Amino acid sequence: MTPNELSHNSAWWGNIKYTLVGLYFGVVFVKAEIISWFRIQEMFRLESFHMYGVIGSAVATALISVLLIKKFNIKTLSGETITFNSKTFNKGQIYGGFLFGLGWAMTGACPGPLFAQIGTGATVIVVTLLSAIAGTWVYGYFREKLPH
Amino acid sequence: MTIIEFISEPWPWYVAGPLIGLTVPILLILGNKSFGISSNFRHICAACIPAKIPFFQYDWKKEVWNLFFVGGIVLGGFLAATFLQSPEPIQVNHTLVKDLSTYGITNYSNIVPKDLFNWKALLSLRGFLLMVVGGFLVGFGTRYAGGCTSGHAIMGLSTLQWPSLVATICFMAGGFLMANLILPFILSL
Repeated sequence: MTPNELSHNSAWWGNIKYTLVGLYFGVVFVKAEIISWFRIQEMFRLESFHMYGVIGSAVATALISVLLIKKFNIKTLSGETITFNSKTFNKGQIYGGFLFGLGWAMTGACPGPLFAQIGTGATVIVVTLLSAIAGTWVYGYFREKLPH
Repeated sequence: MTIIEFISEPWPWYVAGPLIGLTVPILLILGNKSFGISSNFRHICAACIPAKIPFFQYDWKKEVWNLFFVGGIVLGGFLAATFLQSPEPIQVNHTLVKDLSTYGITNYSNIVPKDLFNWKALLSLRGFLLMVVGGFLVGFGTRYAGGCTSGHAIMGLSTLQWPSLVATICFMAGGFLMANLILPFILSL
């Protein structure tokens, strides 16, 4: 085996591990009913604490994890220093955020749950997914003309 | 109660939330990857229909891990729905049940409401608005905002980025407006 083949193999396995994380994530999505249109309606109608509890405790867990990573300078498995990208503010976060919010309440799904919904056998959601990809494409097309 | 029966019950928020939050350090430690799902729409555009648009001219292959990640989400959805699903209908707030029944939405057997999201409904105005227009807004809005619930609300807030707080507040504002003021009109179509 040449060194090239070796690195090719490790790259392939390198990505399969993300599929396993996604699988874990997808199971939690379904089991906690986060991908349910009904739960999203309850959230926006303030009729249930469920989604607020999920998002709140997810943020808290991630926040503590990030603090621990920074404090103990925890490295990646391959020994790299973990980097955090800072986000810069632009008006897109307001306009785009609002438009996404409208779509979130209509479809009952943010991008992650769309994939999980398809997995549960709701094949028609493929149309919603394709439409979301089209939405991203149209944004890319008009990006220079939109206020940011 | 066997373990499978236990797993098959709907999970409470205090179990699901921390499990979702753990995705952030898992991705960071596995390969220095920032959690964010809506970027995949951009990668798919860059891979399939870049059409010389500058926004889609980048090496999407470097981001291919994220497509593997969402592939896993599809598999996870399949696994959970096929082997770990509770046979009980989804328990929903009774006010919502009452309101939805006035629009003919009464089937709670599926996590994706069968009364609203099916191939036949796609041809109705109501179904077209919910699935096609709704999906378009999700894809357009998340990219315009530079992220979705995962990238802004979870990854962004947990790293204390104030632009992500602005984005999250706007997500919620849009959702509240749609669910309470516009959706009743769409559902009555």
